[in-house]
Amino acid sequence: MSETKGIMIVGVGGQGTLLASRILGHVLMRRGYDVKMSEVHGMSQRGGSVVTYVKFGEKVYSPLVDLGEADYILAFERLEAARWLSYLKEGGTLILNDRRINPMPVITGAMEYPSDIVEKISAKGARIISGDALSLAIEAGSAKAVNVVMIGILSVLSDFPENEWQEAIAACVKPKFLELNKKAFSLGREFALKILKS
Amino acid sequence: MKTLLLGNEAVARGLYEAGCRFVSAYPGTPSTEITEAAAKYDELYAEWAPNEKVAAEAAIGASIGGARSFCAMKHVGLNVAADPLFTVSYTGVNGGLVLAVADDQGMHSSQNEQDSRHYAIAAKLPMLEPSDSAECLEFSKLAFDISEEYDTPVMLRTCTRVAHSQSIVELGSRVERELKPYAKAPSKYVMMPGNAKIRHPIVEERMQKLVRFAETSPINRIEMGDTSVGYVTAGICYQYLRECFPSASILKLGMVNPLPIELIRSFSEKVDKLIVVEELDPVIETQIRACGIKVDGGKDIFGYCGELSQNKILKALGMDTPSFADFGEPLPPRPPTLCPGCPHRGLFYTLGKMGVMVSGDIGCYTLGSLPPLSAMDTTVCMGASVSGLHGFNTVRGSESAKKSVAVIGDSTFIHSGITGLIDIVYNKGISTVIILDNSITGMTGHQDNPTTGKTLKGEPAPVVSLEKLCEAVGVRRVRVCDPYALGELRAAVEEELNAAEPSVIIARRPCILLPSAKISPALFVDPEKCKGCRQCMTIGCPAVSFSDKKASIDSTLCVGCELCTQMCKFDAILKKEVE
Repeated sequence: MSETKGIMIVGVGGQGTLLASRILGHVLMRRGYDVKMSEVHGMSQRGGSVVTYVKFGEKVYSPLVDLGEADYILAFERLEAARWLSYLKEGGTLILNDRRINPMPVITGAMEYPSDIVEKISAKGARIISGDALSLAIEAGSAKAVNVVMIGILSVLSDFPENEWQEAIAACVKPKFLELNKKAFSLGREFALKILKS
Repeated sequence: MKTLLLGNEAVARGLYEAGCRFVSAYPGTPSTEITEAAAKYDELYAEWAPNEKVAAEAAIGASIGGARSFCAMKHVGLNVAADPLFTVSYTGVNGGLVLAVADDQGMHSSQNEQDSRHYAIAAKLPMLEPSDSAECLEFSKLAFDISEEYDTPVMLRTCTRVAHSQSIVELGSRVERELKPYAKAPSKYVMMPGNAKIRHPIVEERMQKLVRFAETSPINRIEMGDTSVGYVTAGICYQYLRECFPSASILKLGMVNPLPIELIRSFSEKVDKLIVVEELDPVIETQIRACGIKVDGGKDIFGYCGELSQNKILKALGMDTPSFADFGEPLPPRPPTLCPGCPHRGLFYTLGKMGVMVSGDIGCYTLGSLPPLSAMDTTVCMGASVSGLHGFNTVRGSESAKKSVAVIGDSTFIHSGITGLIDIVYNKGISTVIILDNSITGMTGHQDNPTTGKTLKGEPAPVVSLEKLCEAVGVRRVRVCDPYALGELRAAVEEELNAAEPSVIIARRPCILLPSAKISPALFVDPEKCKGCRQCMTIGCPAVSFSDKKASIDSTLCVGCELCTQMCKFDAILKKEVE
């Protein structure tokens, strides 16, 4: 296997996973890495389970992260974290927005939403950084900024300087939402720094 | 300058740099963003056509008119465009002509996973297949050069993982190309039998010349390494393979039709075993075998269905894959759903309650087939709802026509529903067709169409009136309904089903995701009044959920459409008090 790192961003269609991957791609390219990202458009965006793959390294071939290959998974929802857990590398880190969004089979009563997802994932030996990104996004000014809060949390696990992340956000979001997203990023970052200290 | 581009954006960049002037397409995942990105270049004329056949024909006309021209479609769109495809192979081109087709291995957003390489073989056309965004840019430029040098349309095949993956590309500048002169040449462009008989041998000679090109072109390249196994591959599979085996010997084909058989033969002689890695059908493998080259592994180990990946390749070859921890419990799937406030929901709820047979079509509204709405009987292809219903009711009689409808979106109706409606009228059918007019092409991500009043470039455009169009083909009973008004909608459907002549109901309300859609404050459930009857759950709205014997509404999702309010017999669903 060639030496590349894999990040997966998983969630529910409409949660803004694409913007998160684009900010990430921007930072990585500026850092001089080769980068590939695979996205999902079309049918899967309508409230379905969505996944975006980000790969980087000196030279990247496949744009896909396969089972057991993800160094990091950013999960925007608990059930999606469980669904994609098998893609996490041994020793990989799961960053979780600890929120429940019922899928249609749960809404209709055909199936139950699994209980104690976070505990069960921890029991599998995965490292989890879990937080309420939605509340932080609302604090920043919009529930839609969950994606940038999550990027803020991830940023703490990298050694890239903060200003490079801020520049990437500026390059990827519309100017009128820039301040909001910068705040969302900072709140995510502060949250992660607090967690990692404790 | 280096930048990250989607494969589709990189194809559009290639068009720009190649001096292409004309782009026409019908949206279709995963091809849509090529045309959207092309429209952002002022130097390119770009348009949405009513369907892929029209787009291809318009591009053919532009090529004959002397411009470098292009059209894009998804794999099933190529079926629609197949008629002009086979004959433009005979006429050849004036300005370079490139047709891009995006396959959807794994069916992320499609109704089948056909392998479009068969078309290149059948229509006797060269086909290039890029494996990342840099090649998307490079190959689309090269395709125009091949087109003009060999007097042939060139096909460019991508797939979801190339079209919708971003990777780094180096941008170049545009080479402006003057219109080539147009000279009347009926023996080349009028394909009647006498002329076509003369053109066919020219096509066969052209294929021979293209074989010689394929044998020597650097886009088909051998990367020699460990000689115990040699892999022959193309497109995205190259990337998976190279990731698995950094030091393997690989023959990477950039051109998948025609194949460089002698190059493949000489490669096979340098390695101990030859393995062909391709998704879907054994297009490369079968041709190699037919030439007497021994293949030691192909479809027998990789199979015919779905996508490959690095792990799937390793597994098929009997090698170890990374270990992983599974969650270990069956999980509820999360299928896509109609959005909260989607105007289609009320219609499918009504049709489900009425128990009618629903002849369905391709679009967001195909999601009306999923529980709890479960209100769709068939979905085949664009337009088949209308023509399919005609056949169904013709064999089952007029009683069947009283208990069945076709549902089709505004864009799909213009694409190919109108011809089915003409079939009903002309052949004295009495079927009922419901056009779900949400004022946009929805599923592919909001593209304008001839009914929306705007062009791809955002300019105002004449509006094709659905009402007048249906009347003009001879439907006397055409009416417009609001799909949010359930009582009115049901009465209209019942009345039209009982009419002894064809009828069209236009269920009209803009897609809830459009800026023009009316978003109202979120509703809430009064727990005192809620009796827990679950009636509000039957509409399958993601914003409504049920726990502790009471319904509740997620205020971050609800757009206040009041469909659930109409379900509640206890007036428990309320609007927020105005403060």
